[in-house]
Amino acid sequence: MSVAQERLSAPVAKAWYAPEQLTERISGLALHVAIIGITVAWLVPTVGLFVSSFRSLGDIQASGWWSALSPPFRFTLDNYSSVIQTNGLGTALLNSFMITIPATIIPTTIAAFAAYAFSWMRFPFRNWIFLALVGLLVVPLQVTFIPLLSMFRALGDMTGGFIGNGTFPAVWLAHTGYGLPFSIYLLSNFFRALPSDLFESAEIDGAGTLTVFFRIILPLSVPALASLVIFQFLWVWNDLLVALIYLGGTEQVAPLTVKITSLVNSLGQGYQLLTAAAFLSMIVPLIVFFSLQRFFVRGILAGSVKG
Amino acid sequence: MDILITFLTGYLPWIIGVLIGVPALLAAYIIGFEFVIRLLPQERQGWVRPWVWVGPALAFVAVFLVYPTIGTVIVSLEDKQGNFAGLLNFQHVLADFPTGDGWISIRDNLYWLILYTGFVLLFGVLLAVLTDRVPYETPVKSLIFMPMAISFVALGVIWTFMYSYQPPGAPQTGTMNSLLTTLFHAQPITWLQDKRVNNFALILAAIWGQTGFAMVILSAALKGIPGELLEAARVDGAGEITIFRRVIFPLMMPTITVVGTTLVIFSLKAFDVVYVMTQGNYETNVLANKAYLELFTAFNKGRSGAVAVILLLAVIPVLIFNMRQFRTVEARR
Repeated sequence: MSVAQERLSAPVAKAWYAPEQLTERISGLALHVAIIGITVAWLVPTVGLFVSSFRSLGDIQASGWWSALSPPFRFTLDNYSSVIQTNGLGTALLNSFMITIPATIIPTTIAAFAAYAFSWMRFPFRNWIFLALVGLLVVPLQVTFIPLLSMFRALGDMTGGFIGNGTFPAVWLAHTGYGLPFSIYLLSNFFRALPSDLFESAEIDGAGTLTVFFRIILPLSVPALASLVIFQFLWVWNDLLVALIYLGGTEQVAPLTVKITSLVNSLGQGYQLLTAAAFLSMIVPLIVFFSLQRFFVRGILAGSVKG
Repeated sequence: MDILITFLTGYLPWIIGVLIGVPALLAAYIIGFEFVIRLLPQERQGWVRPWVWVGPALAFVAVFLVYPTIGTVIVSLEDKQGNFAGLLNFQHVLADFPTGDGWISIRDNLYWLILYTGFVLLFGVLLAVLTDRVPYETPVKSLIFMPMAISFVALGVIWTFMYSYQPPGAPQTGTMNSLLTTLFHAQPITWLQDKRVNNFALILAAIWGQTGFAMVILSAALKGIPGELLEAARVDGAGEITIFRRVIFPLMMPTITVVGTTLVIFSLKAFDVVYVMTQGNYETNVLANKAYLELFTAFNKGRSGAVAVILLLAVIPVLIFNMRQFRTVEARR
């Protein structure tokens, strides 16, 4: 995606108005109507669920969410309180953090080491290995589950259940393995673009590899690292499949995504609680997204190969 | 309160241990080895050092991607007892064309491949071009992009409510059925059960979620097109539509290709939306979901492996394409 990156830094095209003519005015109006219409349509699903999450079961079953927008207003926080207190959403929220934080730190760090070697060191098969990583970006995770499940079963027996299936370390390791090709790809693209004079002059001054890495490369790469951290954080936070496979139905370690999915299947008609549960799961990603959108978008632009 | 206590006793030590322990371990690894390398003779250092730096990454990739991929291919060729069975699993999965389970899954994935990829790209280009022309571009793009930040699970819940169904005559509580009955005076539809529409309903939900992704990348590409180029075309008397077709579109084509290949991969791997909204019932069982169900409800490793291998074969053209792209870009560096 270096193409898009380069283009992003190119000058911005000007808006194309020449508002003298009446026809243009009309088409301008149509443009505004179209864009605002599309945006409103895009918001409807989320707003609908948001409104529903403050309605009682009776109201949800009796009428659509839009009728709550006109008087009499009868909003309630019951869905939120009961989903947290009786359905264990609080634990699931903590579990999501327990899974996501290490599963972000570990791959980012290991990828930074590797990206440094791929960008600025010479070693046999370097380009071939990197090409293989590019290939691995698209490998469907489904193709890894069966052998890894047996491996974790064996590891669980060996470590007394510390790393086996249904434990946090198993998911951290799996997410690290799965996230690395993308992380290395993204960071290498950035590291390689750093000017080589920087390292050469530092090396002439007698700086070792570690100094160059920790004092020059990492500080200069903060934007790229930030994109990667946010990207990986959201990816792991929102992941259902990997958690489902390696944590299975183990209630005590289930993250929000797994918990909500099991509520979908178990609640049946008590499903007004799902609205609140879904919103609770969205709070963290939405805070991350709206506060750090710039970095998130940059990560997407830099690595749209990830699946 | 209970939660707070659980947090303080059960989680906080872990979180602190992990936040300090994991980075400390990784730093100790690299600093320790660097120290060892310095003890080596000068000419050996350059030979050993790169492997120390890429070592952990290669080990992880080998253990979590390369080894299990090979393992799954082998499992797909074995029967339940672990004996070599040739292509038996594939025969079972691909039995009874076109009504067998496997073929239904392949058909569903083709729907996803064509409709999801096509519409996300179409809406992405459309929104990138339209929003480029208004001053309130940023908030609009932000709102359309927002679903990218939430999980497919939350997306599934959102759309399950959009599609909810009440019998004809009763007030419709789902947005889609309400629109259908009030605007078009049609009968309500069970969007997720009715085999005529359910795959498209799932795909629509995914399109809603991912259009922002395509829009953001394509919009960045669009902004990269020099303004003078468009001015020149306009001075020559070209209309806006001609400019789009002859100037903007060709210049955006490389980016459209990249986004398109990413979407193709997404469409082949589609899992979460289906798993949350229909659990693969009513003929919506895409391959990724089928691989999961074969493993965890049918406990049939061989068949699950075979489905996963079919999925792998399906992504290979994209894999080769990406590697070629990468090499041409590298050659230009």
